[in-house]
Amino acid sequence: MPACAKMVTQVFSVNPVWLKKEVLPQMKPIPINAACACLIVLIGGLLVACTSTTSDPVDLSASRFTQKEIDQGRMLAGLGNCAACHTNDSSKPYAGGLPVPTPFGTIYTTNITPDPGSGLGRWSEADFVRAMRKGIDREGQQLFPAFPFTHFVKAKDEDLNALYAYLMTLTPVNFDPPDNTIRFPYKMRWLQAGWKALFFDESPWQAVAGKSDEWNRGAYLAEGLGHCTACHSPRNGFGAEKTNDAYGGAMVDKWYAPALNADHEAPISWTFSETYDYLRLGGSALHGVALGSMGEVVAKGLRYASDEDIRALATYISDIDGDSSNESAAAQAKIAITAAQSRSDGVVTPGSQIYAAACASCHFNSPDKPSLLRPEMSLNSAIAMDSPDNLIRATLDGVSLESGLPGVMMPGFSALSDSDIVDLLQFMRQSQVALPPWENLSARVAQIRQDATSNGARP
Amino acid sequence: MIIEFELNGDQATVDIPSDTPLLWAIRDHLGLTGTKFSCGIGMCGACTVHVNGRATRACITPVSTVKGSSITTIEGLDPTGDHPLQRAWIEAQAPQCGYCQPGQIMQAANLLSDFPEPSDEQINAVMGGNLCRCMAYIRIREAIKLAAIEMKEGGGDE
Repeated sequence: MPACAKMVTQVFSVNPVWLKKEVLPQMKPIPINAACACLIVLIGGLLVACTSTTSDPVDLSASRFTQKEIDQGRMLAGLGNCAACHTNDSSKPYAGGLPVPTPFGTIYTTNITPDPGSGLGRWSEADFVRAMRKGIDREGQQLFPAFPFTHFVKAKDEDLNALYAYLMTLTPVNFDPPDNTIRFPYKMRWLQAGWKALFFDESPWQAVAGKSDEWNRGAYLAEGLGHCTACHSPRNGFGAEKTNDAYGGAMVDKWYAPALNADHEAPISWTFSETYDYLRLGGSALHGVALGSMGEVVAKGLRYASDEDIRALATYISDIDGDSSNESAAAQAKIAITAAQSRSDGVVTPGSQIYAAACASCHFNSPDKPSLLRPEMSLNSAIAMDSPDNLIRATLDGVSLESGLPGVMMPGFSALSDSDIVDLLQFMRQSQVALPPWENLSARVAQIRQDATSNGARP
Repeated sequence: MIIEFELNGDQATVDIPSDTPLLWAIRDHLGLTGTKFSCGIGMCGACTVHVNGRATRACITPVSTVKGSSITTIEGLDPTGDHPLQRAWIEAQAPQCGYCQPGQIMQAANLLSDFPEPSDEQINAVMGGNLCRCMAYIRIREAIKLAAIEMKEGGGDE
């Protein structure tokens, strides 16, 4: 470890108690108090002054890695879904360039192919591990926490080594992503050192005593390389995950990543088998299908994961909401479906008529046997969320053959007018889950349609 | 854009704009006119085909979205036009003008794979998106039940 890095570690290790993570949630995020500001400048200065770069050429020959390492790395890259952020053009996998909008400006993801000029080609394994664990790049610059090193720090040595082996044996792509447009002062990377002092828990992964090996494996994957809470937890004013509301749900990349804790929007809790089906198959009978960013996670990422790891993830995720009434899920579903059907009975409104003509043929279920292939709307969290965005996107764009359950599609209903969509979705909201109407629905439908039109995604 | 998929068991290739509805690919470019155009917005069911075995409205399905999938139209439901539903349709004399019937039968085939012994409620809900201006609904329901019985006795054809 370079001397400077040691100093930084020492600075971190003597943080006063009031800076520790568990105390932070009670702090008002803005403004930063004077002590914080001093600390930021101090640490930032130290980092700028003392980071070193390694420029030795890296041996890229595949023979230095074992096939087992590469395969393990491929699986882990899938679990972490690296490709989703580090690919913008599907013909250039892992070459980066994907714009990631943040409240502070747009970050373009980096090229992580082993290209020497624009990618990781000159990165030693130590450089890679430092980036993953410390959020510091090869040149010693602070990485923005849009790169979830706050999770990757939990990854074990052998997993990081495998990931390195996999990335360094990818086809090199010469591609320089566009420059970030992060605004001043946030673009000053050394400020990130202060951010880390406040929000970065550098401790390595520790198994939780009293939980099963399977649970702990799931927790390790979910909290580490899987970085589930990067999407599923809300963030504070500094863009850090709110650790006191982990898995509390958040809007990410135009989709709302639902809550998975006790506040989950899904009418039925996430039991082990429901979670397993969702992560393995892309959908479950009592919850619906994976769409948007999560659709990619399942279809492109988790497909490489072993069944054992999917089971471990399901064991951990299904335990987050603290609901142990797994056996009653089918009974709860039956009650919910029956109630939804009785609320729809005899209702004749523009919305109910559109639902009968356009939706029920595929989505109708018998209360005692909701089918995986007929996603049951009364059990679907998209209708129960505060934000109508997920349901609007699914309705307008449909579900591709690749997303959700592989090979099963739903065409988009963008041929319907905005007012028809609003009537339909308010009817679904009222009949399927009996929640108050969405107040902003008209505006959201118009906005989402306009966004897609201007992107050329939809006529 | 060149798009390939399987159509009634045969390989099909079209070179048309990617947002062309599947319906026009099937009717105009591949020459199978059994599937009908009616509302054009996915609200009447006349254009129903199967995509990987699931009933889908072809008029709102861009052809690019079914790339690599297996499409079945009314022409391919049974190689000799002798599917239990087609026989039941004749037995019950279900059609009047007949325009909506290919869509009705394709949707009914999916209904019977999901609900092998369908109740009136299940038929009404699943077939509710297939409109018939001749009001043949009562006979359509009767035909579906006839086919269900035959398929159950025959061990299932779908």
